[in-house]
Amino acid sequence: MMDTIKRISGVNPRKCMKCGKCTASCPAFDEMEFHPHQFVDMVENGRIDQLMQSRGIDFCLSCFACVERCPRNVEPAKLIEAVRLAVVRQQGGDHLRPEAIPHLLDENLPQQAITAAFRKYRK
Amino acid sequence: MTYSYFPGCTLKTKGKDLDIWGRASAEALGFHLQELDQWQCCGAVYPMAKDEIATRLSSVRALMAAGEAGQELVTLCSACHHVIKRVNRDMQTDETIRDRVSRYLGLQTPYAGETTVLHYLEVLRDRIGFDNLKQKVVNPLTGRKIGAYYGCMLLRPASEMGFDNPENPTILEDFIRAIGAEPVVYARRNECCGGYCTIKSKDYARKQVDAIMENARACGAQELITACPLCLYNLTENATDGLPVAYFTQLLAEALGVKEEQK
Repeated sequence: MMDTIKRISGVNPRKCMKCGKCTASCPAFDEMEFHPHQFVDMVENGRIDQLMQSRGIDFCLSCFACVERCPRNVEPAKLIEAVRLAVVRQQGGDHLRPEAIPHLLDENLPQQAITAAFRKYRK
Repeated sequence: MTYSYFPGCTLKTKGKDLDIWGRASAEALGFHLQELDQWQCCGAVYPMAKDEIATRLSSVRALMAAGEAGQELVTLCSACHHVIKRVNRDMQTDETIRDRVSRYLGLQTPYAGETTVLHYLEVLRDRIGFDNLKQKVVNPLTGRKIGAYYGCMLLRPASEMGFDNPENPTILEDFIRAIGAEPVVYARRNECCGGYCTIKSKDYARKQVDAIMENARACGAQELITACPLCLYNLTENATDGLPVAYFTQLLAEALGVKEEQK
């Protein structure tokens, strides 16, 4: 599994020098039980199952602040995305179902929000 | 000058003001946005995983259609711009993705990212020029203190977007000056508003938006502008006590006198 995560993300977690700048930049770090810098370390150490079970992976906003500010160009967001895909690509792994959509809509919600959530939360 | 134009799903529905006033202002400024005959939703988020091919195809189709028309491809929505620009870069730089997309689409002519992708703001800055824009303004928004809200997708990652300085951008402030108003610089203008997580957790989105609004107001902003329909929604709907938010094209049309003409 660790190899799959590395392959589809294209990230080499060993480049990380543990400066914590990604976590300091992350607008959602407080919503995640494993912060971005820990996330990188856990992938490197093969703790993928733990990451797949953590609710924090659904809170990554893909805002790319961690990617922009990493001095080693590790791109933590791509690792989080790869773990999230490892979850939703499983049979029954979807985090959002079409039946749930009508309850989420309001008059002004842009299509973009639903499209984006579908891309992120289900396969 | 005519550009190929990719409006995207939201600009045809909930984000019509971004589209309508962008097109009308373009005519007033002497360029034309020609909507692609066939376009499909870009997917709203860039597929980061290298093995996601199908989710890149709609962008590639749009890019190729613009290329065949011999035109540069212009977008107005931040998300469309982000996705299409990055997929184009994948086609330029990633041989495996290029090869797989090419096989998937059964391309007779190879495509390697030759089309230029421009955001509407880049057209204003790099093709029209803010000085020329200023001269076309008939109704300067004098005295209005406007905060630019950039959000994430126009700026980051700067190595791929090449849009502006990601930490200290100036394009929207220059735009605000060109239409006669006063730009207000505040720290959170390039912080994420909460994005698509709004459907997962309103509370989280509200926390983000309130912090942005508090910061903008403390710096003296009286209103905000954005280029993203989802940012506009979040900043409007999820603010406890927010400032008014508009698309930058609405203010552009106002300054160019296009809005009165169409009333």
